[in-house]
Amino acid sequence: MSTPAMLSVQKLSVDFGGLHALKDVYLELNHHEVVGVIGPNGAGKTTFFNALSGFVTPTAGTFSLHGEPHKWPRPDQLTSLGISRTLQGVGLFPDLTVLENVMVGAQKFAKTGLISSAFGFTNKDEELLREKARIALERVYAGGLANRRADTLAYPDTKRVAIARALVSEPQILLLDEPAGGLGSQDIAWMNSLIHNLKSTCSIILVEHHMDVVMSVCDRIYVLNFGEVISSGPSDVVRRDPAVIAAYLGAEAV
Amino acid sequence: MLAFISTLLIGITVGAIYSLMALSLVLVWRSTRVINFAQAGQAIFSTYVAYEVIQRTGNFILGMAAAVVVGALLGALVEVLLMRTLFKRIHSGAVAAVAPVIATLGLLGVIRASVGLIWGNDGHRFDAPVSTQAFSMGNTVIPFSRFNLLVIATAALVMIVFTVIFQKTSLGLSLRASAFAPEIARLSGIRVGSIRTIGWAFAGATGAVAGVLISPNDSLTPNSLDLLLIFGFVSAVIGGLDSLIGAVVGGLVLGIGKALILAYLGSSLDYPTAFVVLAIVLIVRPGGIFSMKRGRNA
Repeated sequence: MSTPAMLSVQKLSVDFGGLHALKDVYLELNHHEVVGVIGPNGAGKTTFFNALSGFVTPTAGTFSLHGEPHKWPRPDQLTSLGISRTLQGVGLFPDLTVLENVMVGAQKFAKTGLISSAFGFTNKDEELLREKARIALERVYAGGLANRRADTLAYPDTKRVAIARALVSEPQILLLDEPAGGLGSQDIAWMNSLIHNLKSTCSIILVEHHMDVVMSVCDRIYVLNFGEVISSGPSDVVRRDPAVIAAYLGAEAV
Repeated sequence: MLAFISTLLIGITVGAIYSLMALSLVLVWRSTRVINFAQAGQAIFSTYVAYEVIQRTGNFILGMAAAVVVGALLGALVEVLLMRTLFKRIHSGAVAAVAPVIATLGLLGVIRASVGLIWGNDGHRFDAPVSTQAFSMGNTVIPFSRFNLLVIATAALVMIVFTVIFQKTSLGLSLRASAFAPEIARLSGIRVGSIRTIGWAFAGATGAVAGVLISPNDSLTPNSLDLLLIFGFVSAVIGGLDSLIGAVVGGLVLGIGKALILAYLGSSLDYPTAFVVLAIVLIVRPGGIFSMKRGRNA
């Protein structure tokens, strides 16, 4: 391939006190691509995301962005690297409005330093953040929710808002942690089309249980089992891979 | 009626100071989940700095400003040097819940001893900037002075400043986000560590204001703010420990409640009153008046 991958992970290993949570995991993400990371429970999907976003320190492995080697980022560095992540447990601030919740994700545009923002009430910044937050909410078709308090939202709406909060920093790479988790079939259909639409502006890595979501939105899939990649490739190839079927059947047989 | 109103005014004055101490404890609790017993030490040190400046310049405002700056620096320093080191070594288990408390208690002792070494253990005094003489209307004296008014105004000013910071600035949003969900805050690009330090600095500054306001015309000793710490803590718990508004209301409830009991039931009840008020509030609302409906999710 001529252009280097947007994001590349090679030989990533994570140990938790002698236990290999991840071993030699690799993944590449290209422009405008949706890549799925799947696997049975306990396969290491969440640990993989946590390593990517700096909550877990890798024991070994390399991380590169746009072909350039890079140190494993800290969580608070992600948005400035153009990476944004959602969490499984949505985590909206109940006593803030939806708009304010989304604004929290726009910190990288709050250019004024901590101290100066404490003294000069930088209205220009504030307005910019508000505007960005409104745009992000429109992108997930939740513009009408802007002034609601977060604790009055229905669960599927909290999922939209959480994605808006991840989008507000205008990421090139979006890490979605179980976006369809806990959703009913109608909302899953909606989430599918949203992810399709997001592809035009960013590349996405998706950790997801719902296989129909994964199969319908992902260009390529990596399958983890016991912390190792057991299969990877285009979705329709991977789904027929005997090793993958065995891993899933094995998991379900238990 | 007049007696009742003046009792109320006294209660509000005292309560305003409790509110400030409660605010400083709540600011730290929200950001770090630690009850900072050293706050009494940090505040007494800052108050002695105010005393020193007022002795040299005769200017109360300058003394207050110095105390606020020193209080903020001390707060930040305690967080960076003590708390971060502590949390780097212990993450979980029973020790993680107990160690910070013991550490702040230990620090309280260290600071009080240091204050004693520097300024001695005998009482010092500095005067209030305005009259502490009670107002009188004709023959009736209302036990409420210009200084009481100044205390209430200063406390109100501090609360307005915090309200603006927390509601209107992106720093405020970062402070709230870091307190509620540190993981989300970090993913949003907020440097939670620095924000925590700022929370401790704000707390230190607020504690210093409380210390300077309660001390004039009284004997200033290394231990003289210990009671304020207890009353501030009780106020914070009444307010739900997590809420800034709760801390303010908690302080006022305690201040007014104490003043009423003192006026109508007798002065020997001063100290136990705080705990009676606390017990009543906790029986009625176990989470405090302003407890959040839901727990934190992080």
